Amino acid sequence: MLFFLSFVVFLIGLYCVATRKNLLKIVMGIVIMEYAVNFFLILLGYRMGGVAPIVTEGVKEAKFVDPLPQAMVLTSIVISIATLAFIVAICIRIYQRYHTFDVTEIRRLKG
Amino acid sequence: MNIIPLFVAVPLGAAFILVLMGKREIASDVIVNLATLCLAILSLVLIPFLKNNNGVFVYAMGMWFPPKGINLVLDGLSLFMLIVVNTVAFFISLYSIGYMKRFTAKSRFYSLFMLMLAGMNGVVLTGDFFNLFVFLEIASIASYALVAFGVEAEELEAAFKYMVMSSIASVLILFSVGLLYGLTGSLNMADVAGIIQGENNLLLSFSLILFLVGFGLKAAIIPFHAWLPDAHPSAPAPISAMLSGVLIKALGVYTIIRIFFNVYGMTTQLSWTLMILGVISMISGGLLAIRQEDFKRLLAYSSISQIGYILVGLGCGNYWGLIGALFHLLNHATFKSLLFLNSGAVEYSTGTRKLEEMGGLSKVMPVTGATSTIGSLSISGIPPFNGFWSKLFIIFGLVQAGHFIITALTVLVSVLTLAYYLKVQRFAFFGRLREKWAQIKEVPKVMCVSMIVLAIICIGTGILFYPLMKTILEPAVAVLQEGTKYSILILGG
Repeated sequence: MLFFLSFVVFLIGLYCVATRKNLLKIVMGIVIMEYAVNFFLILLGYRMGGVAPIVTEGVKEAKFVDPLPQAMVLTSIVISIATLAFIVAICIRIYQRYHTFDVTEIRRLKG
Repeated sequence: MNIIPLFVAVPLGAAFILVLMGKREIASDVIVNLATLCLAILSLVLIPFLKNNNGVFVYAMGMWFPPKGINLVLDGLSLFMLIVVNTVAFFISLYSIGYMKRFTAKSRFYSLFMLMLAGMNGVVLTGDFFNLFVFLEIASIASYALVAFGVEAEELEAAFKYMVMSSIASVLILFSVGLLYGLTGSLNMADVAGIIQGENNLLLSFSLILFLVGFGLKAAIIPFHAWLPDAHPSAPAPISAMLSGVLIKALGVYTIIRIFFNVYGMTTQLSWTLMILGVISMISGGLLAIRQEDFKRLLAYSSISQIGYILVGLGCGNYWGLIGALFHLLNHATFKSLLFLNSGAVEYSTGTRKLEEMGGLSKVMPVTGATSTIGSLSISGIPPFNGFWSKLFIIFGLVQAGHFIITALTVLVSVLTLAYYLKVQRFAFFGRLREKWAQIKEVPKVMCVSMIVLAIICIGTGILFYPLMKTILEPAVAVLQEGTKYSILILGG
């Protein structure tokens, strides 16, 4: 069920990217998509009633959550932060050149 | 002999040092050229090394062996891509010495360039899905910054468009990697290939489609191509050459080949999908290219068209089709980078990219004129040049597989290619020289050298295609034909 929810969030992000006209809203759409995928990855590793996977003596039989997706999510968050910082910087530069955030008015390239 | 990690480590280290260089331009020129020269030589040194190792070599990072740890895999296909990427990168860095004088912050440019190279080498070498995603993002983020490097209005617009579409592609790829992990509990490509073999599951097909769309966006196959004709012309010329010549192939086509052939295994539906996408890209890319007025934009559309050829060859799937596709990949890397460097040289001297404003430039810029003629003839497939052989092999493959309609279309698009390159030659380099261009000079010598050597490679690979096929193309094709036996080879060896 929650997997389905993450897919719905993903589609909301995609819809946002496809339909919004404001540059920053498009950026937000991308961020929503990234979060949906991170959410999905975390869900993959989740075990009902699991504990943190720290192997010491005496906890051998305990039920662990899968640590690998968590490591993946950390990496993917770092990457998406880098992308986000850069894309927002580009948005600011675009605003300085075109004096608008409206994508329909930012159209010098065509053909 | 563990030199494989150097392909990622050297450019990453160089990128770090170059940031510290600041205004010391000569030092950064030296560093970047040394690094790319080293990598180009290393990639050639690996040819005999791989032969002694029976065509596959697995390097476990930090001695964590697969399937648990991350591994770098060197096989025929990876080696072939490494040679293409690093050789082209060397000539482009050589060319940048002269060309990038127009921009400030040359060392920053080089630093981003090296990051992009590190990402591409990583993508080509890695044997792990998540690692693939990380390297893909390194290369992509560096390329976004490089497209926006001039910070003019058009460049920013192109970079934004490119970033949005490419970020969506990355998210789709990550989603698909997650799905595969959920289904198999492994991230190692070889391990995943072993587990999913013979399984037929709806979610598996869904992850396949996500990969196709994600990598299709990166490779700019036609329904997903919208960013390419803006992004490639907007970047500085050496970067256009790198993006069109190498990046879309390393990030898009190579990954499609690796994942579809070696992990999922080719099926009839999949090969038809590739072939149909290829035909659409080929035809519409060509038709869109013919009406362009901007030199670099025309070249960008032509890239889409030529990527179509590669996909058709791959989809065809028999020996000649595959060898033609890989040979065309190599050839496209050489002549498309050559042509983009020519367009950069024209822009350097005249300051314009509009074809109709040029004319007769061969008289004042003989090197650029001659090399661009060689490049144009190669890409249109005129006999002694390399483009002819690769297109011929693809056509052989198609005839052998009995796809006669697609064969006819392939030949027609080849004629179309000739048409729009004749247009380039006619408008830019032949004809009467205009008054206002009478005083311009040929570009600096380093730029000339790099264009001349690329032109010689175009002719050389055309004439010496047989030894080339035996040494680097056949091992690569062997990897494709093994298909999903890849998993046993990697995990067993």
